[in-house]
Amino acid sequence: MSVVEFNTHIGIAAPMLQKNIDTDAIIPSREMQRVSKKGLGQGLFAARRYFDRGEETERDNPEFVLNQPQYSGATILLTGANMGCGSSREFAVWALVDFGIRVIIAPSFGSIFHTNCVRNGLLPVVLSETTISDLAEQVQTNPQQRQLRIDLLTKVVVDPAGCEHSFEIESLHRHMLMEGLDAVDITMESLADIDAFEMSIRSARPWMHLI
Amino acid sequence: MKQTLFDKIWDDHVIRRFDDGTCLLYIDRVFLHERTGSIALLGLQAQGRKLRNSRQVFCTMDHIVDTHPGRNDSTNVPGGSEFIRVTRERAAAEEITLFDLGDPRQGISHVVAVEQGIALPGLTVVCPDSHTCTLGGIGALATGVGSSECEHALATQTLRVTKPKQMRVNFTGKVPQGTTAKDLILHLIAKYSAAGGRGYAVEFAGPVIRDLDLEARLTLCNMAVEFSAYTGIIAPDKKVTSYLKSRPYAPSGDSWRNAVAYWSTLFSEDDAVFDKQITIDCTDIGPTVTWGTSPQHAIPIDHTVPDPNSVADPELSRSMGRALEYMGLRAGERLEGLPIDAAFIGSCTNSRLSDLRLAAGVLRGRKIRNGLRAICVPGSTQVKLKAEAEGLDKIFLDAGFEWRESGCSLCFFAGGEGFAPGERVITSTNRNFEGRQGPGVRSHLASPVTVAASAVNGCISDFRRLLK
Repeated sequence: MSVVEFNTHIGIAAPMLQKNIDTDAIIPSREMQRVSKKGLGQGLFAARRYFDRGEETERDNPEFVLNQPQYSGATILLTGANMGCGSSREFAVWALVDFGIRVIIAPSFGSIFHTNCVRNGLLPVVLSETTISDLAEQVQTNPQQRQLRIDLLTKVVVDPAGCEHSFEIESLHRHMLMEGLDAVDITMESLADIDAFEMSIRSARPWMHLI
Repeated sequence: MKQTLFDKIWDDHVIRRFDDGTCLLYIDRVFLHERTGSIALLGLQAQGRKLRNSRQVFCTMDHIVDTHPGRNDSTNVPGGSEFIRVTRERAAAEEITLFDLGDPRQGISHVVAVEQGIALPGLTVVCPDSHTCTLGGIGALATGVGSSECEHALATQTLRVTKPKQMRVNFTGKVPQGTTAKDLILHLIAKYSAAGGRGYAVEFAGPVIRDLDLEARLTLCNMAVEFSAYTGIIAPDKKVTSYLKSRPYAPSGDSWRNAVAYWSTLFSEDDAVFDKQITIDCTDIGPTVTWGTSPQHAIPIDHTVPDPNSVADPELSRSMGRALEYMGLRAGERLEGLPIDAAFIGSCTNSRLSDLRLAAGVLRGRKIRNGLRAICVPGSTQVKLKAEAEGLDKIFLDAGFEWRESGCSLCFFAGGEGFAPGERVITSTNRNFEGRQGPGVRSHLASPVTVAASAVNGCISDFRRLLK
């Protein structure tokens, strides 16, 4: 699947600084209602975002950060460590992307979630907990004006004061995000190697292979 | 350098090493279920891609299907029938072996993969499900992936991955009678945190692991993902070989002998180097139960709920406070004796025959507390049939438990079922996240023995007192 290319992004950042935000919280199982990667944004953070979800009395929870007017249009999330831990459900990333999130900045990510982000053009940025708290403090005085800029080419997050915070990302992930590349297409370039390897292990360890 | 168990399997599957440090890794088996497998198969079709080798791909129905006796295709999962229909249609079109409803091989993915001999020691296995690490219990290198990565594995029989660091957890000491693998893994996660294994492939080793039976090893590796590990793995031994012999998809004849010879080489060399080593003394580990909303919120059953104010890290303290509020508990409160509304035995963590036998041992000749809802969902149709052949179903039913068809069920709204808001549940599952078993539901993770004892008393209970 080709995804949107990622170069520079400037946007409103919303802080959700809890640790261990799990993918059940990002999208509960009951919100995954179609055999599709699309249209999942409504279910994003459903348990915290709505009261009486699915009832006639359903309404927004005004306390939830993404429901607050100052964070309206947020495209960047600032979170605590181990972001996206738990279930492998890629629905979590599809919901974030559908909602409009382009970047998540966290001290660390659940490993399956991290890969799912890259596969869908959502940039996972790792910065220290202290830096993230500082970014949250800077943006929250006026989130609509005090936006963050993320430059993937130079691998920096620029805060509202103009300070640059460098981050590391695997070069393959960066390359894929910047070019909007598809992982299967890339691997297909190694097809001859795969064929040769398969032949060799089928003769070395034939029991591994079901016929 | 001397190799670890993980190194050996990894190196035997590396097709190509790239300059950026990633490896193209050969994947021997792909397992699917109707929740995420359906999407992967549909995604593949949308891209006009074919499966590279459908013989190495298997699919089951566990996440959406109903588990009530006499079930059919209808499910309470909103839009769920479509997941079932698409899975069936795509599996047939791609010539994938599907363990459908009514098939005696149907069951929870990670239970079926072992039971049918599809996952084997030394194989690489992926499934779009985070608990795929369960299969490390028989010595497979098994990891959960997202749907896109699953499409990649289906189309290319490979994954492009960076080799993780390696950790060994040595379990030592004499395990007290009645302490189970579930208690050991909860203890480990509580001690080293739910992020303790992040970035590591974790080998579970030591004398305690060698003494564990195969099904207990699967329970231990199942929760490697709750430790945030890349995966968990245990060196295969004679217990594994004798379990796998004559399984439907296990090798036979000369192939079997070759496989067993290869498996005998799968262990970490004496002087193999790990990036990190931990030793857990099991001597004092008794029944362990979670009080909060993360698997790291686990304590010995006879301890009291911790005080968030006693924790220095302000964010950790806040999250503990929030967990207490969600769980309707106060710091200093005792878990033992806490009234419960429901009890659940099932899930890929604890639903195998040995789990049901242990729970039945507690329930035999006893009744669950009046008004309590208690449910047992065997991990596979095979487990259910074997349990029934031993009369375990009668013990569960006589005690007042529901006895179900196999599936993931109330672990997480599978089949569209949840407990009621505010209900307190003792559960043999793996995740106590907010809302996991239904909005507002308060889940306490524990072993099947603890669940059974608690169901009898109607409150969180130490089975050691009940059996005295």
